[in-house]
Amino acid sequence: MKGLYISPSPHRTDNISTAKIMLTVIIALLPAAAAGCVFFGPRAAAVLAVCVISCIVFEALCRIVMKKPQTISDLSAIVTGLLLGMNLPATVPFYIPVIGSFIAIVIVKQLFGGIGQNFANPAITARIVLMLSFTPQMSVWVKPYWYSGTLDAVTGATPLAEKWLYYTENGVNYKMAPFTLSEMFWGETGGCIGETCAAMLILGGLFLIITKVISAATPVAFIGSFALLTFIYTGSLNETVYGVLAGGLLIGAFFMATDYATTPVTAKGKVVFGIGCGVITFIIRTFGSFPEGVSFSILLMNLLTPYIDRLTAAVPFGAKKSSKN
Amino acid sequence: MNKLNGVHLRHNKKTRNCETKIFPPPKKVTIPMSQSMGAPCICLVGKGDHVDVGQKIGDTDVFMSAPVHSSVSGTVTEIADYLLPNGSVCKAAVIETDGQQTMCPDISVPQITDRKSLIAAVRESGMTGLGGAGFPTHVKLGFDPSKTPVDTLVVNAAECEPYITSDYREMMECADDVIGGILLIQKHLNIPMCKLCIEDNKPDAIKLMTEKTADIKSIDIAVLPSQYPQGAEKVIVYSATGRIIAEGELPVNQGVLVMNVSTVSGVYRYSKDGIPLINRRITADGTAVTKNAGNYLVPIGTPVSEILAYCSAEDAEKVLYGGPMMGLCLYDTDQPVVKNNNAILAFKHGKVPETTACIRCGRCVAACPLRLMPLMIESAYNAKDVAELKRLKVSLCMNCGCCSYVCPAHRPLAEINRLAKAMLPRK
Repeated sequence: MKGLYISPSPHRTDNISTAKIMLTVIIALLPAAAAGCVFFGPRAAAVLAVCVISCIVFEALCRIVMKKPQTISDLSAIVTGLLLGMNLPATVPFYIPVIGSFIAIVIVKQLFGGIGQNFANPAITARIVLMLSFTPQMSVWVKPYWYSGTLDAVTGATPLAEKWLYYTENGVNYKMAPFTLSEMFWGETGGCIGETCAAMLILGGLFLIITKVISAATPVAFIGSFALLTFIYTGSLNETVYGVLAGGLLIGAFFMATDYATTPVTAKGKVVFGIGCGVITFIIRTFGSFPEGVSFSILLMNLLTPYIDRLTAAVPFGAKKSSKN
Repeated sequence: MNKLNGVHLRHNKKTRNCETKIFPPPKKVTIPMSQSMGAPCICLVGKGDHVDVGQKIGDTDVFMSAPVHSSVSGTVTEIADYLLPNGSVCKAAVIETDGQQTMCPDISVPQITDRKSLIAAVRESGMTGLGGAGFPTHVKLGFDPSKTPVDTLVVNAAECEPYITSDYREMMECADDVIGGILLIQKHLNIPMCKLCIEDNKPDAIKLMTEKTADIKSIDIAVLPSQYPQGAEKVIVYSATGRIIAEGELPVNQGVLVMNVSTVSGVYRYSKDGIPLINRRITADGTAVTKNAGNYLVPIGTPVSEILAYCSAEDAEKVLYGGPMMGLCLYDTDQPVVKNNNAILAFKHGKVPETTACIRCGRCVAACPLRLMPLMIESAYNAKDVAELKRLKVSLCMNCGCCSYVCPAHRPLAEINRLAKAMLPRK
């Protein structure tokens, strides 16, 4: 008889790994990314590719320089790259996604210890840095199918930046949205590559919930609290639905506010996190100087995550509350 | 009533219909003097002594212990040092069998008439909890009813570990012994109610026990959902009675006595024939078992290698005492079957998966039946932060292993909980 392996129990593990989880997230992101490529053309696909490749390269280089085990096989760098690319306009010069990947992978993720150790969402932080550093390049919004060459004007505005049309007819005041809800739902509007197609983002989000990669609590609390506040403020169901479908709300709620490393692990904490994001997004969009507030809301809530986890931890089964020592 | 968390495991209970076969006495048995939670026994025999089946060969004055008996007739060839799986060393009697299996003349049917005589008889039987923990049964039955009155006997037949079917076979083959044991304990310890708890993946046992107890008002069959760790003491008490065993408490503090189903029927059999605990049913199974997977009544002290040979499992890389979730690894296949082994499982692959970084997915938090936070316990353990470990209540951990099981990074969280517990100052 050969030697026996000795290990502490349990001797069985669930058929799951970090790479499998990341692969599931990638699959969930692909429909929305593909929709972005259809609307914004080969240029969008190229931006996504540059992001993904540079994220992988930066991750690999970091691990080599830091003399740590290689981690590109956990696929998390691909998720970061994909998310970053989906949060950029299709027309950005290619050095911007490279700089963004550097910020996301090197500064936000690896300098804090790599996967699971970063306190801020890498893709969101990179997007915010790029937005503030390269504001002109980051605010060019092309119209869907601009690459087909049949449009009169190539650039337009995003659903959030575009002015609503006010007019009076027969003494009644009307307010018209720049895009129809159908256009908003299918994503035929200006915007970042991966944020416009609500249908595919919801599809991907539901896939993650069904495969139990994410909990429904965060997106429901995020979207729900934002929608509730918007409805109370505007009194219009139409404007509420428009607000939910517009900008980065859905990609943020399903894919960024559910990032493991930077959001709470407790069930209650996920709800608190979602509500916090929804409230901050509403405040920035309604009263702030930026048209969009999803990125800032998630980043701000990322900073509160350790406190939320601590304050929302369940009382262990049978624990005596009084015995603090 | 809040549902407790847990995990759903593949049951792998393919030996459920394997009737118990009697495993022949081996040429040599090794009987450790420490086979229960508590103090080891002092060996009563020496090298060269002849022993009979059922002869007491180890005993102690310490209350928290149970005597050990010879499972064979033969000659003591050695009193050896034996390294227990928990790392401590005790003496073990090595007995060469003579093949006669002569019964010890001292064996007599005990006179059980009241609480005191029942507890005394159970002590003499050498009975310990057969479910895995090996708690001396007479200590458990010896609760003080004036301080901790008990109104419910919870009989644990959940058998929530994969592969193991030995308790299931006990119910299917010895249903009358199970009921007899329950009634015996209820009668002498004045326990009005009994909950016989069975997981819903054992419909035949539920049906049989329901039929057999139809006319017995004091026994209630509790059908529990198949979710690991349903059979853990705190979990089964909560599932069966809704009572919460708080930090530092024993089930008797909540008026509950928890006993494994095979222990209960073992007590009954001893009350009828006076033969102490010298053999036990084990499930032999696992991916390395190529033939004869099944249930066997094995003399205590039988080298596990004999069972592996019988099951053609010599290629195993990992052999366990007990189930895959909480079982202990054997370091040597010559280690013997002991009282609290409900299974010998042999697996083809023994390597543990490679550990990667924690991604804070929170699966361990969602899986923990006791609502602990294993990922935070790991951080506190790495920081040697004892105050934080206390705040996180790591002392409550029962090592069910759910956290390690669900971890996508394959972090040894259950192991770290154990190490973290050891870091706490002893009271």
